[in-house]
This record gives sequence, structure tokens and C-alpha cells, in this order.
Amino acid sequence: MRKGLHFGDADIQHGADGRLRHLLSMEGLRAGEILQILDAAESFLEIGQRVIKKTPTLRGRTIVNLFFENSTRTRSTFELAAKRLSADVLNIAVSTSSQSKGESLLDTVDNLRAMHVDGFVIRHPEAGAAHQVARHVGGEALVINAGDGQHAHPTQALLDVFTIRHYRGPIENLVVAIVGDVLHSRVARSQIYALSTLGCPEIRVIGPRTLVPAELSALGVHVYHDLDAGLQGADVVCALRLQRERMETHRLPSQDEYHRRFGLTSQRLEKAAADALVLHPGPMNRGVEIASELADGPQAVILAQVTHGLAVRMAVLTLLAGALGGEED
Amino acid sequence: MQRLLRGAHIIDPATGFNAVADLAIADGRILARGQIPAAFVAEEVLDGTGLVACPGLVEMALQAHTPGHGRDGDLASELRAAVAGGVVHVALSPATDPCADTAGVIHQQRAIAAALGLAKVYPTGALTRQLAGAALSEMAALREAGAVAFSQGRRTVSNGALLRLALAYAADFALPVLLHSEDALLAAGGVMHEGALSVRLGLAGRTAIAEQVGVLRDLAIAQLVDCPVHIRHLSTMAALDGVQAARQRRQRVTTDVSIHHLLLTEQDVGLFNIHAKTLPPLRPVGERDALRQALAQGHIDAISSDHCPWGVDRVGQTFAQAPFGIAAVELLLPLTLRLVDEGVLDLSAAIALLTTGPARVLGLPTPSLAPGAAADLCIFDADRYFMVDPRQLVSPGKNQPYGQWELRGQVRYTLVDGRLVYRA
Repeated sequence: MRKGLHFGDADIQHGADGRLRHLLSMEGLRAGEILQILDAAESFLEIGQRVIKKTPTLRGRTIVNLFFENSTRTRSTFELAAKRLSADVLNIAVSTSSQSKGESLLDTVDNLRAMHVDGFVIRHPEAGAAHQVARHVGGEALVINAGDGQHAHPTQALLDVFTIRHYRGPIENLVVAIVGDVLHSRVARSQIYALSTLGCPEIRVIGPRTLVPAELSALGVHVYHDLDAGLQGADVVCALRLQRERMETHRLPSQDEYHRRFGLTSQRLEKAAADALVLHPGPMNRGVEIASELADGPQAVILAQVTHGLAVRMAVLTLLAGALGGEED
Repeated sequence: MQRLLRGAHIIDPATGFNAVADLAIADGRILARGQIPAAFVAEEVLDGTGLVACPGLVEMALQAHTPGHGRDGDLASELRAAVAGGVVHVALSPATDPCADTAGVIHQQRAIAAALGLAKVYPTGALTRQLAGAALSEMAALREAGAVAFSQGRRTVSNGALLRLALAYAADFALPVLLHSEDALLAAGGVMHEGALSVRLGLAGRTAIAEQVGVLRDLAIAQLVDCPVHIRHLSTMAALDGVQAARQRRQRVTTDVSIHHLLLTEQDVGLFNIHAKTLPPLRPVGERDALRQALAQGHIDAISSDHCPWGVDRVGQTFAQAPFGIAAVELLLPLTLRLVDEGVLDLSAAIALLTTGPARVLGLPTPSLAPGAAADLCIFDADRYFMVDPRQLVSPGKNQPYGQWELRGQVRYTLVDGRLVYRA
């Protein structure tokens, strides 16, 4: 019989020795840890430009990409990150519909544990899935949350703050605006925690009340329902993907109306700082949350985000693997 | 068997008796209290020194999953759990599989309960067929079979016109109608209280006003058709204000609060604790404190454990997947004593909310320890603290968030009609 789960262990990301052993959420991470990851990522970025891109850091380790939801960018960069660190990588895509008929998430994980894998990178459509796995495996394997429902997507937030720092220097001096469906966005939630932990002086969230409710101010952000007012003087603008589902659930009348009010265009961006940086986590809906002229323009760093994502994920894997038990070479 | 309970502190809310006294039990009834007749010969003497004896507790909502598939417990396991918690009177939720919308289900539940001979069982019949809120159930047949009340379990009748008809029809039977009041569309999809914490966790919230709107609508409909109603497990002050307003206009309405909403808050969801997922959802601390105050002022008729066991198979589920409900009937008394420790209630008021209060709501005879009353007793150790260990609990439903809590009030003996059905 399976033991009951314990939920009192609020800080399951850190081991008893205080080291980061799982990356589940940006909430609870210390500024020093984030900076350590960002600094390490800078060096991996440099390695990525070499002809020979591999390092032996994770040689002999096995990392499982366990994806219960579709992903191109996140899954492939995690795969490449682990491979460039010389780990063995197992990619498993589980359709949740088949899972609901069959074994539970933890049973799937237990089967993989029986193969003595060292790490799980998990994407799941439900909030809390990665926490559940981390609680279950304890210190036996590292767990990285690659997106859980609408809760968190910490490596995306890390690559975003990496990108911002890379181009604009310390976060402490920047006004950052997040535009779009913040309520349903794991990316936005993680960005907010990452930015505030790094001392961002002003985080703004912009969108209609149906997607940017007042409760968000509890996260320490400034809430705007008017794009022009929210963009005023912003140094960084992070667009969010608008899911088609939001129209079906009547949170918005139409994509066109959303674009009219909150779509980012070169013209609307004029309200922001002159050299404002534009980020988007992808995949983009061109002409909905962002106009092509902006997405392909000089202020957008959307493809650089992907490159940085690889470096950041290498840094995270390296850091967490360092906290794993067992002999290392 | 004739029994003598010697030297226990007897608390009997019905008569106001509150003193150390002996209790003689014969033929399933209380024979004497205090002065024991010289001719009384006890076949067994229970030493009550240092213990408290009160009438057997009443649980107004226990989901026993009988009929059902058995993996989440059944009537046998849950009644064993109930008597281990000093609960003698158990009203069953109609949300079984199939649900209690036919006389056959009620007969089945009563027959199984009679064969078990543990707690006294009071089935409640479904107010609507299949609890679907679309058609009236055969209430006369359900009453004839032994249903003591009608209810919808934890489902609401979203169609107001149908609720109007159901309450008008039910009013003929003079049985209590227990309602879970919530606006189904406002609540739709929510898995925890809607607020800063649900936003932080990325979980779909269930707004507090869903309860407020539901309670106000249900009370207005009940008033229109002149049907007394019981509003189940209130969790918000705004909804309680609605109940108070109805009382002021002399509407017949009673209400209860689950012990969970008096002890826990939304913060107990922590990081996706599925065992803190219940209906109505756990609310912010302000609501909890307001409910405690209302309880202390006598505005709440009863406390319930809203017992709802889920088997360990469910432990692997995520927060959104996991079913609603907490299984804690065995801890109902110790958890309620926590309210005594925290100065919300005195011991005798707490016992009244677990005995005479819910009995009045359900229309059951008043639980009492006066001579002549049925010898239904809960005898517990009010002084010694213990640590809750979920593995030690009788119910196979381990879905409760009280592991490692330090509580007092462990039950030592439970008597039903003078029979000892539980001994610690």
C-alpha cells in the first residue's frame, strides 16, 4: 500500500542541506540561487557557440523528459540541454487521455524509478503535478517542472530574466510589463516571482479584468486594464500567448477585439521606453497578441529567448545534478 | 446486560446536568443517574474516573458509499469509524452509487446497518431523481422506506423552478430538507476558494459569492413555498447573514458548519494538499473567525464532520483530479474540543452542537442521559492529549489533513442502547 503524502514540507525544493534539489516553482527560490543559474547559463551560452558543444557534466546520468502535454520548444531544449551535458535522455510523451484510462502519474514515475533514472523533467496539464512527483521521489532524483497547468513554468521565467539581464543589465533598474492572459498563465506567474526575487522595482500586468483580476495585486504587481497606460515608460514588455479557449469560455468576445485593446504593435509600443525589449514565450499568435512587424522587428528577442533557454536549462540541470547523491566522476 | 458507569463527569445538554455521578444502565436505557437503587446489580462496571460521559454524538452527513463499489469504504467500515469516534446517530448522505432515490436503497442501508448493530443509521432520501436536479424523487416511497430527511448531498438544484416544486412537494412530508446551496454556474470548475491563493497556485477558484447567491436563492424559494429548510455546511459570513435575515423574518431555517471550516483555512491547501480539498472550499481566515463567532453566539445549530472517505487509490491524483471531501468522523469530538481549547465554546456547548443540535435539525428524539432515555453514550478522555496518526484511524479513507495534530478527547467507550459497541 502506498504511503500517504505529506504536504507540510513547504520547502521541498531544497534538501536538508539547503541545496536546491528540485526546481518546481520560482516561488521559494533565493536571489542568490537565481543569479547562480544565470551566471552559469552565460558560460553555457558561450559553449553553445563552439564547434564541439558537449561537456561531460552529466555523463552516466539519465534524464527523463516526461511530457503529458504537447511542447516543441521546451521539450527539445531540455533534450538538447541534457545531451550537451552528456546525459542519456529518455523522451516520453504520454497523452493524458490514455493516462486517465490507465496508470496514475505516480505509477508512471515509479516505473521509471525502477529503471534508476536520475532526473525527471515534467510537463503536466494540472497544477501541482511536479510537486507531487518531487514529494514522491524525495532526494532520489531531481525533478524539474517544465510547466504544470496554470501554476508555474520556472525555466521559462529563468530564461526570460536571463534574456532581460543579458540585454539590459541588472533587473533592479527596470520596469517590466507583462501583457495578456496573466490569470491562466504559468509563465506570467513564474516571471512575476523571478522578477520580484531579483528586485525588479516595478512589475506591471496588463489585460482585461477577465484575464487580469484584482487578486493578482496580491503577487505584488501593479494591475492595468489599459495597454497605453501600462506600457508607459516600460523597459521590458513580455507578451503572453492568448489561448483560443478564452473566447470559448467567454472571457473575451473575440481575438480581433483582444488585438484592438491589448495587441502589441510598433505603434502601441511607442508608449514604452525608446529601446524597450519585447519578449514572447512562444508559440506566437501573430496578429493577435503581437503584430508581425514587432515580432520580427529589432526590439524583439524572441528567438534569442530560445537560444538562452537551452543555456539556462543546461545550468539548471548542472546545478540540480550537483545536489544529487551517489558517486560522481 | 446491566452496566454501571462509575464516577464519570456526566454532561447532558438536554437536562443541563453537568456533574460527576454514577449512571446505571439496564434494558438498553438509563435506569438511574446519581443515586443508584440499592437493588441494582451491575454485570459490568465501567470505571469512569477522569472520563467524561455525554450522549452519543450525531453526525448529520456521512457518505458511506453503500451501495457502492467498496474501494472507498462502505457502511461497515464507516460505522466502525463512527462508533470509534463516539458517534451513535448517523445520517447517511444520499450520494451513493446508485443514489438513495429509491426505496430499495433505503431498505438496503437500513438492513445492513441493522445487521451490523453498530451506530443507529438514518438514511436521507434524494430530493431529486439521481440527485440530478431535473425531476422529483418519489418522496412518499422514500419516507415509507425509512428516510428521515431529503437532501441533495453536495449537489445543488441549479434549476430554481424545479427546486421550487421539490420544496413545495417535500413540505407535505414534514421531514427536514437539507440543502447544499451554491450557484452552480458561479462555482463551476472551481477546486478551491477563489482568491489570492488560488491565483498563486494557478488553480481554478470557487468564488465565495457562489455560496451567498445560492443560499439567498434557496431561502427565497423556501419562503415562497413555506418549506422549512436546513442549509448545510455554511462557509461564508455573507451566506450566514442571509440565514440570519431569513430567521428575522420568521422563516424556519437551520444551519450547520463543518468542523473543517471552523479549524482550517484556504492556507491549509498549502502546496496542493489534496486532503484539504473539500466542499464548500476552505475559506480565508476572516471567514473562519466569523463562523467561530457566529457559533459562539448560538447562530449555528450543529457541527458536522461531513465525513467523506476516499480510498488510498486516490492518493496518486493531482489536486484538480482528486474528489472533494474529508474523512474525519472519528476525529469529530477531538477536533471540536480544539474549539474549546481555543476559547470558542465551553465543553457543554460543544457537546450540545454535536448531540442535541444536529438531532433537532434531523427531527430525531433529543439525545439525553436522563433516566428513561436510550443508553446511547459517548465516554471519552477529555484530559489526555494524543497525536493524530492517520494510519491508526479505522476508516479506510485516509483523506484528512489532521495528521500530527495534538488533540484531546479520545473516545474510550461507545454504547448504543446499552450495548458496548466500541471499547478503546
